[in-house]
Amino acid sequence: MRAARRGSARRVVVMAAIASLGAGLLAGCADDGNDEDSSSSGDSSGKTTITLGLFGTMGFKEAGLYDEYEKLNPDINIEENVTERNENYYPALVNHLTTNSGLQDVQAIEVGNIAEVVATQADKFEDMSKAAGVQKTNWLDWKWQQATTKDGATIGLGTDIGPMAICYRTDLFKKAGLPTDRDEVSKLWAGDWNKFIETGEKYKDGAGKDTYFMDSPGGLINAILSSEDEKFYNAAGEVIYKTNPAVKDAFDLTAEAAEKGLVQSQTQFQPAWDQTISNSLFATVACPPWMLGTIKAKSQPDSAGKWDVAQAPKAGNWGGTFLGVPKSGKHVKEAQKLVTWLTAPEQQAKLFSKMGSFPSAPAAYKLPQVTGGKNDMTGDAPIGELFAKAAEQIPTQVIGPKDQIVQQGLTDNGVILVTQGKSAKDAWDNAVKTIDNNLEK
Amino acid sequence: MTTRHDTAASPVKGGAAPGRPPGGRASAEADRRKRAKLSRRWQRDMRWSPYAFVSPFFLLFLAFGLFPLIYTGWASLHTVELTAPTDMQWTGLDNYTRIFDDEFFWNAAKNTLWIGVISTVPQLLMAMGLAHILNYKLRASTFYRVVMLAPYATSIAAASLVFVLLFGRDYGMINWVLDMVGLDKIDWQNGSWSSKFAVSTIVIWRWTGYNALIYLAAMQAIPQDLYESAALDGASRWRQFIHVTLPSLRPTILFTVVVSTIGASQVFGEPLLFDANKGASGGSQHQFQTLGLYLYEQGWVNQHLGRASAIAWAMFLILIVIGILNAVISRRLRASS
Repeated sequence: MRAARRGSARRVVVMAAIASLGAGLLAGCADDGNDEDSSSSGDSSGKTTITLGLFGTMGFKEAGLYDEYEKLNPDINIEENVTERNENYYPALVNHLTTNSGLQDVQAIEVGNIAEVVATQADKFEDMSKAAGVQKTNWLDWKWQQATTKDGATIGLGTDIGPMAICYRTDLFKKAGLPTDRDEVSKLWAGDWNKFIETGEKYKDGAGKDTYFMDSPGGLINAILSSEDEKFYNAAGEVIYKTNPAVKDAFDLTAEAAEKGLVQSQTQFQPAWDQTISNSLFATVACPPWMLGTIKAKSQPDSAGKWDVAQAPKAGNWGGTFLGVPKSGKHVKEAQKLVTWLTAPEQQAKLFSKMGSFPSAPAAYKLPQVTGGKNDMTGDAPIGELFAKAAEQIPTQVIGPKDQIVQQGLTDNGVILVTQGKSAKDAWDNAVKTIDNNLEK
Repeated sequence: MTTRHDTAASPVKGGAAPGRPPGGRASAEADRRKRAKLSRRWQRDMRWSPYAFVSPFFLLFLAFGLFPLIYTGWASLHTVELTAPTDMQWTGLDNYTRIFDDEFFWNAAKNTLWIGVISTVPQLLMAMGLAHILNYKLRASTFYRVVMLAPYATSIAAASLVFVLLFGRDYGMINWVLDMVGLDKIDWQNGSWSSKFAVSTIVIWRWTGYNALIYLAAMQAIPQDLYESAALDGASRWRQFIHVTLPSLRPTILFTVVVSTIGASQVFGEPLLFDANKGASGGSQHQFQTLGLYLYEQGWVNQHLGRASAIAWAMFLILIVIGILNAVISRRLRASS
């Protein structure tokens, strides 16, 4: 009897162990979906936690905006969840949207993806134009339209835009025998990207081989394309990148610059490119305000104050993000309130003064944080005024759902090859082949 | 399981063991029924419990293995985008037939094959050599074994990122060394062969120790007297290796070849992280895009789920062919030995 009892006792233990293992496994699987519950429900102090899914350095936290909001709303707790690169963030976001799970209370959407999200996922987002305290007139019209569906639902509120200028190194320009005053520099290439390349040749003649005129072929072609009204799609939504002369011209001009050795053979935002900033190896970079933040982060301290900002040959927009509130969130009302606050002109101005993200709300351009904006790297250059001037000239560009794929193909499978010794024609063929294969459903 | 004494053996009447309290006819009947019931439960237990015990794996496999497999097959017959996975348009075998004309697919297949060959062959040869050396009596042999397994325990991501730094064109350590000894720098990422070589290096680094340990375990199972008699016959170490070790290891070698081949046909993380552009195209000219990477690019970057599913099934079929080839070859080898 004793043996029997011990046996059955052991059996119970074994069964319990198996059961708990099984339960653990199943719970482990279920946990993935429930993560949001645990993080977004109230914590022990009874606060409501709002989660934000962001990419890159959007700077809300760094600029102290969360702290400020939590102080204004003591029952709110804000947590952000940041993915380094949008290329990794966006596929996950799409996946979460289509399965309607794993979404944060607030999700950021990059301008390169906004057209696709508007076209295919709009029903998953709250219409922010109906949220309390949102005024359409606060935003630049084209920025507002980018996130608005044909039916008039606005799925995200704009945070920043990227009015593009050219940042240049005054010390390198001086060494190369070029003017250093920002108005004179702007005049060197005003109105024409060809003149920009000509200036590059002059730079190279003067400065020799140690440094390059520009940072990367990807940066150059992107800058030229950003200043076009139409690039990869026409207003009717058709893919026109192959037949649009503006795209081919931009490609050829970039290839020419690469052949002449004016741009370094680098891919932007990769470690090797970071190193070239740190080693001061190039004289110009296409430069929306947020780029100054990148330059500052990657530079040696002795580069401070050596940069200045000139107008781009043609103004364009590079970058900008929207904050949307998915309908499936646990705290939709609170999240909408937070997004409304974060994107209000006052907060956009603060974000500019701390992080250099340029406001998408024109009302902010008159605020002292913008008009008096300065950056360590550019010394006492009035960057707020300079970029505001660029912002006024930005064309209303047609954005297509697959812009990112086309752009990436032109850069990573195209112009970069010219810096490696391929002919412009081969590079173009390679890019087109890749892009067409990637676009084909 | 332990034996159920109460049902397996009936109490002996009048035996040394204390008997049950004497009861009437009714209680004996109840006792019989109780025992019969227990017996039926016992039989049911015997019959069904094993299925219950193995069921967790199969339930999980159904949910996370078989269902996705079948669903992928279904999706591969449709045009379907990741942005709207429920919106499927029937296209029949279109996704498969276009693979025949898809130069990117065949380029990826070729890359996968070459990366597989230049990583698997040296990897297994080196593993064999290492295992042979470790099979000698060594001080601190456990230490060496642990060290050998360390790369395998490292995450692919971490390892690949380190290798990306080593193989960097402008600031990489390998090019720095090449430069020091007066050789030209190599643009590892952009060369057709140099990039494949670099990706293979990551694979080799990770898996050599793992295979070496498998070989070592098999070597240690070889009876010592075989070596002793070989030594008595005057066989050198090398002859012993050829005539004693290798034949005894044949099944193990076959196993590692099969496993490495499957692994090589699925190479994904290393080329993904090796790309300087951080895209999924495996280099600007797709020079090191493997099938796994192409599948990922179609499905997750370009969001064409239908095409990606067809590629996944094509890969699956290729793997089955490779598996059959392996089986045939190993049967031939076994027959010849």
